[in-house]
Amino acid sequence: MRVHLRPQHRIVEIEGRRRVGQLLAELGVLPGTAMVIRGDVLLTDAEVLEDADDVEIRAVISGGAS
Amino acid sequence: MNCTRCRASAEVQLRAHNAAFCRTCFLFVFRRQVERAIASERMFTKEERLLVAVSGGKDSLALWDVLVDLGYDATGFYVGLGIGGYSEVSHEKAAAFAARRGLPLRVVRLEEEAGGLGVSTVAAATRRVPCSACGTMKRHHFDRAATEGGFDVLVTGHNLDDEAARLMGNVLRWQTDHLARQRPVLEPTHPKFVRKVKPLYLTSEYETAVYAFMRGIDYVVEECPNAAGATQLVYKDALNRLEVASPGTKLAFVKEFLRAAQPAFAAADLPPPNGCARCGMPAYGSLCAYCRLVDEVERKTGRADAGAHA
Repeated sequence: MRVHLRPQHRIVEIEGRRRVGQLLAELGVLPGTAMVIRGDVLLTDAEVLEDADDVEIRAVISGGAS
Repeated sequence: MNCTRCRASAEVQLRAHNAAFCRTCFLFVFRRQVERAIASERMFTKEERLLVAVSGGKDSLALWDVLVDLGYDATGFYVGLGIGGYSEVSHEKAAAFAARRGLPLRVVRLEEEAGGLGVSTVAAATRRVPCSACGTMKRHHFDRAATEGGFDVLVTGHNLDDEAARLMGNVLRWQTDHLARQRPVLEPTHPKFVRKVKPLYLTSEYETAVYAFMRGIDYVVEECPNAAGATQLVYKDALNRLEVASPGTKLAFVKEFLRAAQPAFAAADLPPPNGCARCGMPAYGSLCAYCRLVDEVERKTGRADAGAHA
């Protein structure tokens, strides 16, 4: 599957069926710190991803001056 | 995974609330959460004029969207920080959001307002951390725009993660004067202040990002280039690790601080500010923090025009 990481603008190719939660753990993304998007739908950790999938992992953390 | 409310297939899981929601129910719950925060803290009414500080990011645009949806009189206010391409994109996003919905947006550009004092220029001249200079300048312009524009309330998009990180920083250094003012509602202590409120103070940034995504809000996903290594992000990372181990930690940290500890700090708060001798805005010395910053830039760069705006 193809995984687009934003805002890093990085694309990684990962082989093999796995759950969203497992993919996030493998990429070192903490739960609740990113949205996983397939098309125009968000995926929960329990969703299963297949090799043909194209997903975006979009970080939600922002910071700096308050 | 099914929606906690309607049992349809869930699109979002909120561990802190031990719940999952479909799109329709999430949007309902999100709006209700913001409505409850506004009502329980008596933040503002539909008769009052709100100035919403918008950055082009997910939190402020999601907040503006909800406020308009709930029927509030909300005008946007964007401060151009002079951070190169990042500021240009941020402005475009805020302006496009306003134009698409026919909402009023006021704009101030630091590089034009203060003799060319964008955040990057000021940080380089004063050797301050950019986020420190940025915060001082933004707060000054927010206060000025709110009072000069005749608004009743200044609304910001600070979320639960911002508040938890700020609380962690304030506690780690025991900044009691900051703890005294860390509240979701700050009543004005000077004629040139208006009430300041944070309707998203119990809403996580994951939730605001989800809301923005579901509502089709085109926001700046890219991080501010100056934020890399910012202390606030270190605190957020630490808190997110605690949250994974024990969901609900951030919410409890902020809620219990406000309930159990904040009133004691507030009781020992500083006296009300005076007027700045130069610009008339609230100040705790003879000059406000913004005019002191402008003076510092002038001293260090020899620019006589740096404070000409005030």
